[in-house]
Amino acid sequence: MTLLKRGLSRRRVLQTGMAGIIGSGVAPLMFTKGAWAQEFCNNPTGDTVTFGLNLPLTGAYAEEGADEQKAYELAVKHLNGEGDGGLIGVLTPTALKGNGILGKKVAFVTSDSQTKSDVARAGATRMIERDGAIMVTGGSSSGEAIAVQGLCQELGVIFMAGLTHSNDTTGKDKRRYGFRHFFNAYQSGIGLGPVLGQEYGKDRRAYHLTADYTWGWTQEESMKAATEALGWQTVEAVRTPLGAGDFSQFLTPVLNSGADVLILNHYGNDMVNSLTQAVQFGMRDRQANGKDFQIVVPLFSELMAKGAGANIKGIFGTSNWHWNLQDPGTVAFTKSFGAAYGAPPSQAAHTAYVQALLYADAVERAGTFYPPEVIKALEGHEFDGMGNGPTLYRAEDHQCMKNILVVQGNDNPTSEYDVLNVVQEVQRDVVTYDPAIFGGDLGPAEPAPLCA
Amino acid sequence: MLAMSRNDLLLFLGFTIAVLAMPIWLQPFGAAYPDLLQRFMIFGIFAVGFNILFGLTGYLSFGHAAFFGVGSYAAVWSFKLLSLDAIPAMIFAVVVSGLFALAIGFVSLRRSGIYFSILTLAFAQMSYNLAYSVLTPITNGETGLQLTLGDPRHFDRLFGEAMPGQPVPTLLGQSLGGFTGFYFCAGFLILAFFIAQRITGSPFGMMLKGIKSNQTRMNYTGFNTKPYTLAAFVISGMYAGLAGALLAVTDPLAGAERMQWTASGEVVLMTILGGAGTLVGPVIGAWLIKYFENIFSAINETILARFWDFLPDGADHFAVVVSSKFVGEGWFLTLGLVFVLIVVFLPGGIMEGVRRIAHLFDRKRSSPTNPGKTAPHPQPAE
Repeated sequence: MTLLKRGLSRRRVLQTGMAGIIGSGVAPLMFTKGAWAQEFCNNPTGDTVTFGLNLPLTGAYAEEGADEQKAYELAVKHLNGEGDGGLIGVLTPTALKGNGILGKKVAFVTSDSQTKSDVARAGATRMIERDGAIMVTGGSSSGEAIAVQGLCQELGVIFMAGLTHSNDTTGKDKRRYGFRHFFNAYQSGIGLGPVLGQEYGKDRRAYHLTADYTWGWTQEESMKAATEALGWQTVEAVRTPLGAGDFSQFLTPVLNSGADVLILNHYGNDMVNSLTQAVQFGMRDRQANGKDFQIVVPLFSELMAKGAGANIKGIFGTSNWHWNLQDPGTVAFTKSFGAAYGAPPSQAAHTAYVQALLYADAVERAGTFYPPEVIKALEGHEFDGMGNGPTLYRAEDHQCMKNILVVQGNDNPTSEYDVLNVVQEVQRDVVTYDPAIFGGDLGPAEPAPLCA
Repeated sequence: MLAMSRNDLLLFLGFTIAVLAMPIWLQPFGAAYPDLLQRFMIFGIFAVGFNILFGLTGYLSFGHAAFFGVGSYAAVWSFKLLSLDAIPAMIFAVVVSGLFALAIGFVSLRRSGIYFSILTLAFAQMSYNLAYSVLTPITNGETGLQLTLGDPRHFDRLFGEAMPGQPVPTLLGQSLGGFTGFYFCAGFLILAFFIAQRITGSPFGMMLKGIKSNQTRMNYTGFNTKPYTLAAFVISGMYAGLAGALLAVTDPLAGAERMQWTASGEVVLMTILGGAGTLVGPVIGAWLIKYFENIFSAINETILARFWDFLPDGADHFAVVVSSKFVGEGWFLTLGLVFVLIVVFLPGGIMEGVRRIAHLFDRKRSSPTNPGKTAPHPQPAE
């Protein structure tokens, strides 16, 4: 207001007015910009193709996010024919040539999703609209994965989910443009149930602490189903906020609840904190109902195990993959990741790397970046050599069917990375389930929506 | 009614033109992509509304994000239950957040000053926790409320079967993605700005300013100030609800994080950064903060390495290491520094800077001819 208070001449008014007319006359032309240049969202026309990496670099799952980023950078190098090639040589069947994708060099842009769904969506939109990402990948939380997956379906960009373990990602919230290589909570339940029954008996009373979002809910449900099938009772299931930091107020009631097993449906820093506090409360030295008190962490990762230190010794859980497996794919990936970063990869890094390669391979097989064709190439694709044995990308729900691992905290670690022992490799046909049980609808692939 | 002073009219026209031409003049800044432009508009509305309360009456609400979040949830529920059209969703959202503001304002406005701020903060934090973990059937907790293929959408079903594919909000059948969405939001920002301008210039606005300068004096002269503050609170809550609804229209997901106290603090920062009490200031503050959040946070070391490439070896590495602390995850640091600098050197926000510069030019031009005019106008003491 004050800016224009003085010194307004007729000339200046005319000048400003003219600029405005030109401005508002040109602005609507932006509608049509890009509409004629491509028949689908972000069709790569130059000599590079861009991946959008949506990673939690801050927040409760930051460590997983950082490890995923390393894996993606490695995958991009390998796809461009740099480095030792990693898993490209082991994937069977493969269409990858190590010269980028369809002859185009792979580049990437990143965005910090802060372990928040809102922010993850804003970041993904930015990478698609501004940076022209042909595919979005990453995420270390199921909340993020589901939010971004819905967005990608709207914009017509394929989403290769990173670490997401909720049943909903490929269940009730599944999308045609979303794909998941990681296993899910239901499969954890199938794998872990029999081992728990064998170790802790049929007569147990379980208390759940659950991260309060989609992943926690579905894992709690799956673990309840698996343990109650053994004959266990569920005393109570308490929801805790994501990223709570201090869990003592939730742990105190456990002591007097009459439970003799604590099931921690937590992940990342939350799990490190809740487990450490539970151990500090003396839970592992307690007796309840005449039995040793036990703690179970259904979803385990090396990064969390490292963070929790000695507290994880002897604790059971499940993993998607472990660097110490002896198949050629795992050996090749661990070697290549270790050479680049000086530490073995986590399961988050593994699934991220594999997803990037599988997308590239599908594009090569489809011969085009056109999303509906790439989706067809991925659906029902059977492959091997990526460290989990023969694997099927199931067409009905875009969930990978493969072996999963039951792991236990190592009692006598030989190094700071040797924190988990593989107890059992649960075979693919055991963890395969009917995709119809979770409902949901993939929605259409065609026509591919055009992003702005 | 529509008679405006020439200055007001020029300000309004200038603002309109600046907003509509954003896709052009933001191109060199790397910000001219629809999602960020939509956010500029939405948070502009939020800040303009906040300024009606804070800038005019001086009541500092620390819980405005609650109304923003309520607006979002109301809009998404309208998409789920009624229709995918944006209009009913926005009306619904504005009404719901207005009622919510009425309830909270009625209680909070019994106190003023710091007690008012704390009360609003408490209410907002309560709303956040309700949305996050108590009312999960309504809000879907941390996962966020989303549209699904199976939503009832009663109005839409009356007129035939739903479209195939992921449901997206529309305006009379037209999709609101991309630049269409931006112009849709821009229209509302301009409208919101116009209404705020009218309120500021009206007798009602004068009353609010009177409350800011001395509420006790207002009371002694015989005015009952309470209905005025409550009205300002509700109006500003409705603005926040409108902004929340627009965010849900452009991106149909409502998450609890947008009700957190950090979000409430953000709008306070926007307003102070731009200049509380001015019309344009809060909008500029909102744009600046959103720009920092989206652009600075996305700069990584590879981009910095390219930027500092011209420096000699060693020096460029040093420059990358130092500057990388201020971008990416460290964007808050940059924002904090900017905020401190502005508050220390320009207590009236960016608008005060603009005013000073304008004054400088003014003096230069007018001093040789009529020096008498440059003397500062006497202002009545507050």
